[in-house]
Amino acid sequence: MAAVLVSTTVNGDAVEYSCAPRESLLDVLRNRLGLTGSKEGCGTGDCGACSVIVDGRLVCACLMLGAEMDGRTVETVEGLADGATLHPLQTKFLEHAALQCGVCTPGFLMASKALLARNANPTEEEIRFALAGNLCRCTGYDKIVRAVSAAAAELAHPAKSGTGKKTGGKKAAGGKATGKKKG
Amino acid sequence: MRYESPKTTKEAAGLLAKAKGNAFVLAGGTDLLVRLKSEVIDPDLIVDIKRIPAMQGVTKTAAGFRIGAATSCAELGENAALKKAWPGVVEAATIIGSDQVQGRCTVVGNLCNASPAADSVPAMVAAGAKAVIVGPKGRRTVGVEKVVAGPGKTTLKKGEVIEAILLGKGGAKTGDAYLRFIPRTEMDIAVVSAGICLTLGPRGIIKEAKVALGAVGPTVEIVSAATKVLVGSTLDEATLEQLAVVCSAACRPIDDKRGTIEFRTEVAGVLARRAAKIAYQRAGGK
Repeated sequence: MAAVLVSTTVNGDAVEYSCAPRESLLDVLRNRLGLTGSKEGCGTGDCGACSVIVDGRLVCACLMLGAEMDGRTVETVEGLADGATLHPLQTKFLEHAALQCGVCTPGFLMASKALLARNANPTEEEIRFALAGNLCRCTGYDKIVRAVSAAAAELAHPAKSGTGKKTGGKKAAGGKATGKKKG
Repeated sequence: MRYESPKTTKEAAGLLAKAKGNAFVLAGGTDLLVRLKSEVIDPDLIVDIKRIPAMQGVTKTAAGFRIGAATSCAELGENAALKKAWPGVVEAATIIGSDQVQGRCTVVGNLCNASPAADSVPAMVAAGAKAVIVGPKGRRTVGVEKVVAGPGKTTLKKGEVIEAILLGKGGAKTGDAYLRFIPRTEMDIAVVSAGICLTLGPRGIIKEAKVALGAVGPTVEIVSAATKVLVGSTLDEATLEQLAVVCSAACRPIDDKRGTIEFRTEVAGVLARRAAKIAYQRAGGK
């Protein structure tokens, strides 16, 4: 089985790896690059625990091959915080107790990031639709939805609300930069 | 297993033609990778078509629209012109799966996966979509309904690959719609579905009509009797009732965990009625 050589960008860093042709992006991230934030829940694209952002689009890392990544850009949950300062989504997930066991959380965070990048002020319904590809068996979702709402508010008005205000504005700009063009 | 990512359609067709053993085309991969992981398939070759420029994006052509085979369904939803001309096709393509799946999955993959319940297929068939196929013997263009042979089976020959889907211009007097029944609000597979495209003449009289039902037979069911019922009418109540009757009559579904024969047969008529109303309004009818 010929290995595939791949040059890619992971959380802003140039990364090179060789992988087997049938290895998923998730396996590459976890086993070759040591980025174990992305979880394998189902391995079939149903649960969203492995959600990452590739070239600005939310995808399940289990539904992509590592070999497909050459020249592309991937963002994982490990790239969300700015050093020791958590992203407002992370802060709000903690404040709202939007996690219990935590296995689904990295996927929810990335899916929420992708949502807020294209819709800075989503309604509850929009949040629920956008997160429908992520399954959580602990929280009952309400806390997650509230945390995402709160993070959206925080990103929109970093000075006015809550904690994590130090990085709020900066990350808001970062979030928008990944926004997709419409039309 | 070998992984190849050719730069041209011809190169892709060449790789597939020369392949020894099992060769598969990788577009979005949302079906292929699941089958790979569950060891339903054991490929010797995977040809990733996402690096082929001719297979990327939606382009406006003189005849209408061209959707590259590697274009994700999310991109279709973001294309305002396509959405305006073919709202039914775009709706069908964008109700498949989650946001995660939308960013990867393609209508050509949906077509070639050849599930009887494929959402985009009845909508494309109703809209008269065509598939551009490239193979060892050159290029041919066929109606998308000709691509699916049965559950999981296509009519594509060895070495053939679909490069693009072609759609017409649509227009102010043409409207299409797609509806499916699922027991949940989203993230599910159609139990029954209906795609309808109508073109109106003067005074709101239907001039052309095409009705395609999904998940009521091994392949998409084109209901020619429905065309006869619809053409010449202004979609009055009697016509709608007759439409439901002929659509239900055209069904030859199976019983499975998602729906019974009886349920699918009944609901196909209901969905056809409702989709026809939407298509009629979109075509400018009142």
